[in-house]
Amino acid sequence: MNHIAPGRNAGVYSYDDIDRRFVAERVEQFRAQVERRLSGELTEEEFKPLRLMNGLYLQLHAYMLRIAVPYGVLTSRQLRKLAEIGRKYDKGYGHFTTRQNLQFNWIKLEDTPAILHELAEVDMHALQTSGNCVRNVTTDQFVGAARDEVVDGRVYAEILRQWTTLHPEFTFLPRKFKIAIMGSDADRAAIRVHDVGVFAKRNERGEVGFTFYVGGGLGRSPFVGKLVRDWVPEEDFVAYLEAILRVYNQYGRRDNLYKARIKILVHELGQEKFTQEVEEEFARLRGPKYRLAPEVVDEIRRRFGGPAFETLTDEPESFQAAKAANPDFARWVAVNVLAHKVPGYAAATISLKPAGGIPGDATSEQMDLVADLADAHSFGELRVSHAQNLVLAHVRQDALFTLWTALEANGLGTPNAGLIGDIIACPGLDYCALANARSIPLAQAISARFADPARQQTIGELGIKISGCINACGHHHVGAIGILGVDKKGEEFYQITVGGDPTLTTAIGDILGPAVTADETVDAIEAIVEVYLSNRHDGERFIDTLKRVGHGPFKERVYAAH
Amino acid sequence: MPLIKDGRIVEDEWVAVADGEPVPADRPAIVTFERWQAERASFDGRNAALGVRVKSGTLAPVIAPDLDRFALVAIEFPKFRDGRGFSTARELRERYGYSGEIRAVGHVIPDQYRFLLRTGFTSAEAPETTNPESWARALTEITVAFQPSLDDPQPLSLLRRRLGS
Repeated sequence: MNHIAPGRNAGVYSYDDIDRRFVAERVEQFRAQVERRLSGELTEEEFKPLRLMNGLYLQLHAYMLRIAVPYGVLTSRQLRKLAEIGRKYDKGYGHFTTRQNLQFNWIKLEDTPAILHELAEVDMHALQTSGNCVRNVTTDQFVGAARDEVVDGRVYAEILRQWTTLHPEFTFLPRKFKIAIMGSDADRAAIRVHDVGVFAKRNERGEVGFTFYVGGGLGRSPFVGKLVRDWVPEEDFVAYLEAILRVYNQYGRRDNLYKARIKILVHELGQEKFTQEVEEEFARLRGPKYRLAPEVVDEIRRRFGGPAFETLTDEPESFQAAKAANPDFARWVAVNVLAHKVPGYAAATISLKPAGGIPGDATSEQMDLVADLADAHSFGELRVSHAQNLVLAHVRQDALFTLWTALEANGLGTPNAGLIGDIIACPGLDYCALANARSIPLAQAISARFADPARQQTIGELGIKISGCINACGHHHVGAIGILGVDKKGEEFYQITVGGDPTLTTAIGDILGPAVTADETVDAIEAIVEVYLSNRHDGERFIDTLKRVGHGPFKERVYAAH
Repeated sequence: MPLIKDGRIVEDEWVAVADGEPVPADRPAIVTFERWQAERASFDGRNAALGVRVKSGTLAPVIAPDLDRFALVAIEFPKFRDGRGFSTARELRERYGYSGEIRAVGHVIPDQYRFLLRTGFTSAEAPETTNPESWARALTEITVAFQPSLDDPQPLSLLRRRLGS
């Protein structure tokens, strides 16, 4: 076996000279584009999509640079570089996003070529994190580690990263295009709210194939992705996507920004007609030119290397003893730690959602610490989850206590992964030019109200998602409790939805009643939780109780005082 | 308007004819696709080359039945951000086997030149004020591509590779 960097940074795609040359050329290209803008050769209208395709947004107060973390996987070295950039060019922190990327919110335009150059030193870039192109492909944050995994989605996500990079035909699409891929039966990547959601699976002969859902999305018109094909063989993976994108590029609406996503095309054509168009295009495209050869897949898989796992057993004695002796540790394990496919290992979620904190923010010091912990305990590799947390995916169970102790000492040991405090929130009116209302202060107030870890654990799985406007970057439509910021005569109000579900049983939440103020929202959430706790049957999740008892009791309690 | 071919400004042998204006019989002329559809019989017996200019919403299947009559298809980009033309050109080449000239007209910028060539365009019309150096540089500034393309028809089995230099 030809291992690449065995043991260190295992599980991260390793760049070669060609990959590096490409990124370096893109940096130089952008530098020249900035110069041409400054000289007036490019108009602002012409420059805008070019800077967006390099991750550079103009926000409310400053430029924001969104750095690509392909499918959310990072090396410790890369995270240290992000920490350094945060210190040098921003205010000493960064913000992890729901697309598993990292944003710096206080960047100067003139610094960006230098930042991109520094990123290139660690094989990173900001390519296609914005603009009307295919964006960073997202996947399961437990890829390569989860016990229920059937196919390693990283390999196919990397194939997509390459195939979509500067795609000559699909770089000026009607609108942005987001792809997510899952390699297990569980859905941890919100597959059916993406433009294209892919399930990688195996048939009875062990061959890899893909199920395609198309036309999901949130925003002002939420849609659940439609099944377009149940089985696309591995060799046709790229050809099938090419067919979908070609249909979209030709027939997607360009007359109205708000109707330009593929979900509207699928909706207007209907699932059957859209599928027929794609199938016809696919039938023509299929052939040697677009065939994904098994050798290519093997070569890309090889470039990921593989962690050198030791032969261990589950639940070693020291781990059991630590849990017995320390209830706080035991709670963190119960909430934030997931079973690993290799015995004796575990995947640990590092919550970036402390009570009263800003969801997804991490200081440069915290990034450095996590990088050190990744080196010590997880082969120098870590992940960003779409819930805006970090994950160390390959930790020995007998090292979890040491890991937790270090996290706890630095404010990173919050035991709330998947619980009510694990709030997803968009940047909102504090940063974003599109927002109607602030998201962050509300998230802080809610997580402070539910700060008690024991209470959070009692409440159990309950996702709150907050968007500061109808564009739904905080995914409020699929929050078990969703909160949407609206503007009422210049004042911030919040509309509450319940019953959303981002997993395979995808559901868009229903509006509970009239919008309320920020303070009232926090009380309303508490009221909803109380109704749930007093009605739930043993082991019943919030959304299941809601389904059983209906909206009535919740609505009644929330609006009782009105 | 300057015509860009092979990364430099070249003489344009074609004349673009506005609707209602007479079409010169003795030199290559480009008419609108709408005029071609309305007056097609009037072009019977024409010896000089004929080209059509199609709007971005006129997709390849609509043009395809008459392709053998055209030595040139000019695809309009009303705005450079309207990327339909990339698919139209590619379909004309891959699906309908068109081998004549495909020209980008309207609003295209040098930053798209590589994409144009890779999807089957052969030439591009640039604004009067264009900087020829930017078009020349667009040919060489990125030397890596990850997809098969019209100007470099290698199969996908070489997912990462250098562009021919």
